[in-house]
Amino acid sequence: MDNHSSNEKPWQAVRTEAVESLLVELGVIDSARVDEIVRHYEEKVGPKGGARVVAKAWTDQEFKKRLLADGLAACAELGLGGPETEKLHVVENTASVHNAVVCTLCSCYPWPILGVPPAWYKSSAYRSRMVREPRKLLTEMGLPLDPSVEIRVWDSVSEIRYLVLPERPEGTESFTEEQLADLVTRDAMIGVAKVTV
Amino acid sequence: MNGIHDMGGLHGFGLVVQEKNEPVFHSHWESRIFCITQVLDTKEIWNLDEHRHEIELMNAADYITAGYYGRWLFAMERLLARKDILRSEEVQRRVDELHGGVSPLSPPDSSSRGWPLRDESKVRWGAWRHEQTVQPRFSVGDSVRVRNIHPEGHTRVTAYARGKVGVVDRVNAEPWVFPDTRAHYRGENTQAVYGVRIAATELWGPQAETNTWVFIDLSEDHLEPV
Repeated sequence: MDNHSSNEKPWQAVRTEAVESLLVELGVIDSARVDEIVRHYEEKVGPKGGARVVAKAWTDQEFKKRLLADGLAACAELGLGGPETEKLHVVENTASVHNAVVCTLCSCYPWPILGVPPAWYKSSAYRSRMVREPRKLLTEMGLPLDPSVEIRVWDSVSEIRYLVLPERPEGTESFTEEQLADLVTRDAMIGVAKVTV
Repeated sequence: MNGIHDMGGLHGFGLVVQEKNEPVFHSHWESRIFCITQVLDTKEIWNLDEHRHEIELMNAADYITAGYYGRWLFAMERLLARKDILRSEEVQRRVDELHGGVSPLSPPDSSSRGWPLRDESKVRWGAWRHEQTVQPRFSVGDSVRVRNIHPEGHTRVTAYARGKVGVVDRVNAEPWVFPDTRAHYRGENTQAVYGVRIAATELWGPQAETNTWVFIDLSEDHLEPV
């Protein structure tokens, strides 16, 4: 139930307005700066950034090597970076290994690469279950995996953030980097979906 | 602290509900809270770990019902009050006036407060200290046991991993600030952070799923050699 609009309480909106207006009057914050950051998350940062990283890794072996060695430095080549990610590990899905990311303690997430996490990622159900029964949960979320596929769940409770490099789907050999990027979803980069054509 | 925030492995939360075409923010106030917090994060008022700990201190029932941004609102108010930057009476008065359509609104109290910050109150942000170095105690491939500790304060060692044995998969040899002490202003105690690979069977016993591993990032002080 948590984190859904159905749970929205007007009193929280009023409290927020009260706190913000007082902080502005005291000179602690500037509302224009807050507006800028809202626009940044609503318009500039998001899964499209991560999708560009994935598409480039699929088409450029040298970039992929750099990405797996130092995720943040490779993302910076594409102009991606910012608060809440000081180190990034990129973990690669293959035919025999499937990676998925969670934060059981709070909801840590690579904001500069994927934007604001979806509500389900922050939900009690996902945080509690992903480490204990990932196969069952992934199946429920539409991703049944063969028992022979090793599952690796990354509980990102420290300051290292994770990005899943999904498998490139078959039949995309002739695709351009931009066409590939259009296929890559946020869920695939968290590890709860595959990329499909 | 052993609290409701430490959710790994808990039962009873049901299905994961995915929303189609989810907006970045579901409401205006959520976007404000998220972004006001990010502005405040740059003001040297608090550190990351005390912010997380403040959320952990919420009443468990409130934690569940408040939702993600409601928790951030709670932490923001409490930390600003703790630092005497914004008093809870001032916020409540403003809330009441906004509800009642009062105009003009009462200004903040004119008595002195913790803002602007005095130099000695300024807090340094950042998760690791680029100017320092550390000598990691463990190497890739070492067997390690997660320490079985139950500190009352902030900690990033998850309950479900305590006492369990795993193998070091990655050494993050940067000087990472130790959240357990920084949250309480007991020093930064920079140290390596290890990606530890633990078998699901070690964590969950007979209920474990097959061919499954959990990798957890843990500070050196949370590990002991096996």
